[in-house]
Amino acid sequence: MPSPNPDVNALKAKALQFRRDILETLELAGSGHPGGSLSAVEIFVTLYGQAMKHDPKNPHWEDRDRLVVSKGHVTPVVYVTLANFGYFPKEELKTFRKFGSRLQGHVHKKVPGVEFNTGSLGHGLSYSNGVALAARLKGKDFKTYCIMGDGEIQEGSVWEAAMSAAQYKLDNVCAIVDYNQVQENGLISEIKGLEPLVDKWKSFGWHVININGNDILSLLKAFEDFKATKGKPTVIIANTLKGKGVPFMELKSAWHGKAPNKEQLAEALKVVY
Amino acid sequence: MELKPAPTRDGFGEELALVGKADKNIVVLSADLEDATRAEYFKKVCPERFFTLGIAEQDMIGTAAGFASEGFVAVTNSFAVFLTNRAYDQIRMDVCYNDLNVKLVASHAGVTVGEDGASAQCLEDFAIMRVLPNMKVVCPVDVIEAKKATKAMLAEKGPFYLRLSRAPLPVVTKDSDEFVFGKANVLRDGKDVTLIACGVMVSEALNAANELAKEGIQARVVNMHTIKPLDVDMIMKCAKETGAIVTAEEHQMNGGLGSAVAEAVVQKMPVPMEMVAVKDSFGQSGTPEQLLAAYHLKAVDVAIAARAVIRRKKA
Repeated sequence: MPSPNPDVNALKAKALQFRRDILETLELAGSGHPGGSLSAVEIFVTLYGQAMKHDPKNPHWEDRDRLVVSKGHVTPVVYVTLANFGYFPKEELKTFRKFGSRLQGHVHKKVPGVEFNTGSLGHGLSYSNGVALAARLKGKDFKTYCIMGDGEIQEGSVWEAAMSAAQYKLDNVCAIVDYNQVQENGLISEIKGLEPLVDKWKSFGWHVININGNDILSLLKAFEDFKATKGKPTVIIANTLKGKGVPFMELKSAWHGKAPNKEQLAEALKVVY
Repeated sequence: MELKPAPTRDGFGEELALVGKADKNIVVLSADLEDATRAEYFKKVCPERFFTLGIAEQDMIGTAAGFASEGFVAVTNSFAVFLTNRAYDQIRMDVCYNDLNVKLVASHAGVTVGEDGASAQCLEDFAIMRVLPNMKVVCPVDVIEAKKATKAMLAEKGPFYLRLSRAPLPVVTKDSDEFVFGKANVLRDGKDVTLIACGVMVSEALNAANELAKEGIQARVVNMHTIKPLDVDMIMKCAKETGAIVTAEEHQMNGGLGSAVAEAVVQKMPVPMEMVAVKDSFGQSGTPEQLLAAYHLKAVDVAIAARAVIRRKKA
């Protein structure tokens, strides 16, 4: 359950630990997606460490808040988060992406704590709306969080869902856009720019919170703002850095979908922040 | 008394409203075609469990997946072309890969859509639905069977594709006839050839059997309402007892009912086969009757195929 007085320093320490775990998990796997995992670390830490109602011992608890990972390739941050919060043994991270492992390359709900299998972009928000509508029909007050990539929202289906959430006034839905500025083949702004992004979401009828998405305090306030907002869905534009925390990976599209080798891991662990 | 031909979509709409009214676990999602698919019968009796997503099929399927994962039976509906083609990635990922209780009800399948022409005439849905793991595929023969198929669909767990017609189809079954999901029905017995059909083509196959009987050919007619899982036992029995098979469907020859039957026949009991289907072509505007004739989907075409396959059997 969310605590009344979040310990920001403890959450920051967790974020650094998660970054180290992500890098080590990727190196062992030999493939995977560091860039969009590292950018989203503070989002995951804040959600699981404070904002969300959840119970690692009872992942199917009916009243839990749901987190839908629409950018399904960021399994390193998802699995590292779930393991660190006790959903499954940390040891299992060593099996990531290996044959026979539960820890599939893209998120899969056979992993305790995962709600929905994804891996094709632009699916999570419609699904989240369905969960939120179902909650309303059942008279449940849990929240549904949906984390999307910035490149992901180039998919048209995201905007179909954005219209539906506003139409149904889904104030139990919180979308989070990890605006890390980089997609597989370069800068978002040079491939298919999203600006003016705040105005886009506003014009679609959403409550928009524009913050530094690598700042835990800003995230904490944003989630409180979401919970207090009635009558419309909330989107948090989390302005982040792709590859955040490892200087040689930051804002580099080459690190979207490539694991560090042993030497790169050693270097990364020396400089990670 | 012979019943008046009726569209299978009507049977779906009536049964959905009936079952849905009693079962609070059913929700219906729509993409602005509920009037045409007859899902609006449900909307009228259960407006609080009816959700329109506007003209947004991808959103409809994804939203339905969300409902289903929260324990609801989520029934989506649209024209077959839009439902299967526009939302294919959502059907593959959200519904089948997640193995959720989402029902896909597709009306206006096949050339019998008529005057709207090729863009609205879905001829590839069997192929692209049956290839997906976890998906089940049913195409009822008439309005009576459509009700039973709807009831079976709502009771079955998991992804389900129900193909319906816009045009009135001849009524060839009775209320008292047994409908078991996954089990084909023999509508007419015979020993020389088996005509395996679904949907509108079942009545064409029955008419073909009448014609063939005048020539002394005894054709068995099987209503293969379930395309997946296919009733392989029935197909083997027919292959063994009649030694020749003709399939007939209002669908592309590539990948449809004929292909499914052939996959079973060639692996388990090879016998000569002919397929009556659309041959790698789009439809066009016209009346359903004109189009069935133009695409060689009439009783006469089934009879021609039956004579041909019997000649091959003897060769």
